Amino acid sequence: MKIILKYMKPYRILAILAPLFMMIEASSELIMPKLMTLLINQGVATSNSSYILKMGAAMISIAILGIIGGIGCLICAAIVSQRAGADLRKDLFIKIQNFSFHNIDTFQTPSLITRLTNDITQIQMVILMSLRMLIRAPLLCFGSLIMAFTINAKLAMIFIIAIAILGLAMFFIMRKAMPKFQMVQNKLDGVNTVMRECLAGMRVVKAFVRHDYEMDKFNTANEDYKETNLKAFRIVIIMLPAMMLILNVSVIAILWFGGIQVYSGTLRIEEIMAFITYLMQMVMSLMMMAMVFMYISRAQISLNRVNEVLKEEIDIVDPVKPVLPKKNEGKVSFDNVFFRYEGGSGEPVLEGISFVANPGETIGILGETGSGKSTLVNLMPRLYDVSQGAIYIDGVDVRHYTIHELRKKVAVILQETILFTGTIRENIKWGNKDATEDQVIAAAKAAQAHDFIMELPNGYDTELGQKGVNVSGGQKQRISIARAIIQNPNIIIFDDSTSAVDSLTEKRIRQSMMESHRHCTKFMIAQKISSIKEADKILVLKDGKIVAEGNHNKLMETSVDYQEIYYSQMKKGGVLDE
Amino acid sequence: MNNPHMGGRPPASLKKPKNTKKTLARLLKYLNKYWLQLTISIICIAFVTLGTVFATRLIGVAIDKYIITFDFQGLAKVCSMLFAIYVGTSLCMWIQSNLFLHVGQSVVATIRKEIFEKIQRLPLKYFDNTTHGEIMSRVTNDVDNISMALNSSVSQVFQSGLTLIGTLAMMLYLSIPLTIATIITIPVMLIATKAVASRSRRYYKEKQERLGKLNGFIEEIISGQKVVKVFCQEEEITDSFSKKNTDLLEVGMRAEIFSGIVGPIMMALNNVTYAIVVVGGGLMMVMGLPMTLGTISNFIIYSKQFTRPLNELANQVNAMMAAFAGAERVFEVLDEEEELEDAPESVELKAVRGDVVFSNVDFSYEEGHPILKEINLYAKPGQTIALVGPTGAGKTTIINLLTRFYDIAKGTITIDGYDIKDIKRKNIRSTLGIVLQDTYLFTDTIRENIRYGRLNATDEEIIEAAKLANAHEFIRRLPDGYDTVLSDSGGNLSQGQRQMLAISRAILANPSILILDEATSSVDTRTEVKIQEAMHNLMKGRTNFVIAHRLSTIREADLIAVINHGEIIERGNHKELMETKGFYYNLYRNQFESNGAG
Repeated sequence: MKIILKYMKPYRILAILAPLFMMIEASSELIMPKLMTLLINQGVATSNSSYILKMGAAMISIAILGIIGGIGCLICAAIVSQRAGADLRKDLFIKIQNFSFHNIDTFQTPSLITRLTNDITQIQMVILMSLRMLIRAPLLCFGSLIMAFTINAKLAMIFIIAIAILGLAMFFIMRKAMPKFQMVQNKLDGVNTVMRECLAGMRVVKAFVRHDYEMDKFNTANEDYKETNLKAFRIVIIMLPAMMLILNVSVIAILWFGGIQVYSGTLRIEEIMAFITYLMQMVMSLMMMAMVFMYISRAQISLNRVNEVLKEEIDIVDPVKPVLPKKNEGKVSFDNVFFRYEGGSGEPVLEGISFVANPGETIGILGETGSGKSTLVNLMPRLYDVSQGAIYIDGVDVRHYTIHELRKKVAVILQETILFTGTIRENIKWGNKDATEDQVIAAAKAAQAHDFIMELPNGYDTELGQKGVNVSGGQKQRISIARAIIQNPNIIIFDDSTSAVDSLTEKRIRQSMMESHRHCTKFMIAQKISSIKEADKILVLKDGKIVAEGNHNKLMETSVDYQEIYYSQMKKGGVLDE
Repeated sequence: MNNPHMGGRPPASLKKPKNTKKTLARLLKYLNKYWLQLTISIICIAFVTLGTVFATRLIGVAIDKYIITFDFQGLAKVCSMLFAIYVGTSLCMWIQSNLFLHVGQSVVATIRKEIFEKIQRLPLKYFDNTTHGEIMSRVTNDVDNISMALNSSVSQVFQSGLTLIGTLAMMLYLSIPLTIATIITIPVMLIATKAVASRSRRYYKEKQERLGKLNGFIEEIISGQKVVKVFCQEEEITDSFSKKNTDLLEVGMRAEIFSGIVGPIMMALNNVTYAIVVVGGGLMMVMGLPMTLGTISNFIIYSKQFTRPLNELANQVNAMMAAFAGAERVFEVLDEEEELEDAPESVELKAVRGDVVFSNVDFSYEEGHPILKEINLYAKPGQTIALVGPTGAGKTTIINLLTRFYDIAKGTITIDGYDIKDIKRKNIRSTLGIVLQDTYLFTDTIRENIRYGRLNATDEEIIEAAKLANAHEFIRRLPDGYDTVLSDSGGNLSQGQRQMLAISRAILANPSILILDEATSSVDTRTEVKIQEAMHNLMKGRTNFVIAHRLSTIREADLIAVINHGEIIERGNHKELMETKGFYYNLYRNQFESNGAG
């Protein structure tokens, strides 16, 4: 809850005004029955019409004053909740922008998205409601109680008893219902999972004719959900009848004990009427409070989730005193580098990696899945930090560069191709916002993307993403390569980025990279030896260690691992389509 | 029991149902079965409403007749009567809620079941054209709306209506002038609500739109967050985020204010009514007109009882409209065209030899865009047919037709001499084994995922299948072996491992005809070798159709069909095709050269 207060702070004047306005509204409501007793006692009883009219006018003016309070509160609360919510959303977004890859991995993308969308909306709603209801309900509740006491303390004891019973009843019902609702949520997840999986695996379901099996699975989950729902709601629906009973029995009590007091002359009849009104107000506001608390406890979960993100420590930050390299040529050296994932058990992913890549060289990296290839290249642009050892680029430890400076020097084309909504040109220009049209085309040409782009109906202006056309996986990869090339980096890393490109095109990309980016140091992760055969140096990784290093010819002579891979690919035949 | 401050949220009115009458009639059909429960509920509601109105009047009587006259015997009588009525109303309320709860949940469960059943019968075409998110939203949001309406809105609308009528009748009976005084503010209220409602709706709609845009943006950016970081676009992205965030803020504030404004106005008008009733009643007493304190007291309560349902009715009607709109969307799914029923005279093949013939098959997904033209293929039992060709040539379509995922437009496909249109659909698919490119795994244990191939398979058979598929080794090494639960549809396994599981599944199913879509994605060499071995084991002794990407598969195929632009342009075995020096030759040469292997 602290965090809510923190975000309301810039709008504290409005946040304080809101309850003050609400006080006006609540008081106007509280004062009505009291004025009624006066009107009847001093107007009706003495047949004083002008007093009645005067009092009536006063009541109406107070009612209208209440509108000002109500609307004033509403406006303040709406502004505070929306602004505080927007600020919170923005801070959350900025925080995530600063997240390192490791941070993103810990939270997982879908979870980050829900936190930024649903959770924030929930919190906004609760701020709005708290500012209005949370003030209004206790005000009305205690106000009614106090008013009742000022009229007749003895009779007001009924209120105390009613509150106690009501409170206890609500407490027990809630306590019994809450865990049940947690279960309802779980069962609902169950239903949704069966449904979602069935949709996603529809081809498999159809292929194996498993409709009946799926139906059984679904029916079990569905019935289960229904039963749990019934159990939970059966408890909740006791609430309303029980409350009404308590309220109504209290009314009877007021009539009875009030009647006795009227007899003994300590209470007037119109005061009984006022009592009944106060009682109703009090019970209603109690119910309102219960509802608000329910919302708040639900929002508490959202709040915690948002807070987790805000509190997360960002593990990769700019150095205090950044260093600039003397030359920008793209020399890379790994010095006894170790890497293990934080919290990962024991075995390091990379172990004692040392090698040097000279400017303009092409370095091939080969190895089985899980041997640490991607991890190795991800360390260069500091997507992750080494656990031990150091990486130098142009003589400067990567941790001494500012992150932006470093990532401008080192372009990496990630394994997973992600393009954004927008035109192809806009997507390519991600790498360099100031690129000219010629540069865009040159980059696309180098990535062998120009030809297919020109074949699209709108060329470079073709919209990508949900609204636009869908290009194939290989085409996406080529656009993402162009996006990296246009950045004009010293070092460029292909993390298996041509896996969906056919082999002829892949070959052309390699050739054009050789020609146009001769000075650029190139790292290429590949599955196929054919992709990296011409590299100046090939690193063979196995279980996080470099087991062989050298060019193709050297490795063919010296490395058993390399030979094994070579023969398995060549003799058993490669892959035809690619 | 809503309070006016929380009402006035009009998003429900954003999606108006198109044909309320028809939808209502259809929804009512679901309720038919529960007529007894519903009748009892309605009686209960009537009792609660009228009981409350009557009890309120009794309070007035108690004041006028017994408290003023100090008649405690009478007061005791009234009080016990009140107690009886109140206990009765609470009991009825409870019974009614229970009944409605039960009916509501049952109906919703039935609807959910019907949707799921329907989904099982829908053709693949439907899923190709509809996103999962959309279907899911119908099962969750729309069904929820129906459920909410059934649980509370329906009974509340009924209750509100009855309360209005009962209270009005009682007020008119008690005092016509004071009744007029009570309802005099209602026109003001209606005008005020109406004036606000249209603006409120407009702002709310705009707010939802901008929120949607912002959330869409967030979803896209956060999904691609790693790319944002790699290209150092954090600042630019934050700028466009801030712009969208501010856009939302401006409308958001207005939307909240206008949608909430009805609350305070109602509150104040209630107080005004209160004042008018008291003043009017007081004046009547002073003037000697028929009026008592008890009646004034009654009117104070009645006026509240009268305006509350008016206010609530609007909310409830909105909720019901949302439910109708939801029901309509649900019914849309239920009305979708299903896969064609099996013809009544359709046959069931017992022992399938695996003799498959395509003759003159034409097909198009969309009218006017033919995908396949004049396809002729003949696979003898035990043969392997490799389908080769560039992406988009129509290889996958051929397989979709054989499995009857789609129905052909022209020509025939026969299995063992029977037209597949005349074979029971289930029968065809259980005759065919299909291993798709990306393997779909369920959130369940590995054992159950393999068992999906044949549900009555024993554990031994499962292990046997896994061994043949070369999957046994890696499964054994997993922490819980065969009982390892796959999360995230197998996200914790590598591509190659998932393929091996798919092969195990197919081996277990033991089909006569096998359809294989070889994966294009790259796996490391050793896994590759293992998968090839597994495929080999799987293909033995069956008729195989393979969308081939591997040289070894193609070389060993009995027939290679080279497909381009929906037509078979070359056919023959590897040697023959190489000698022809045509399309295949070029395709092969490209691969051959870039691989640099002999």
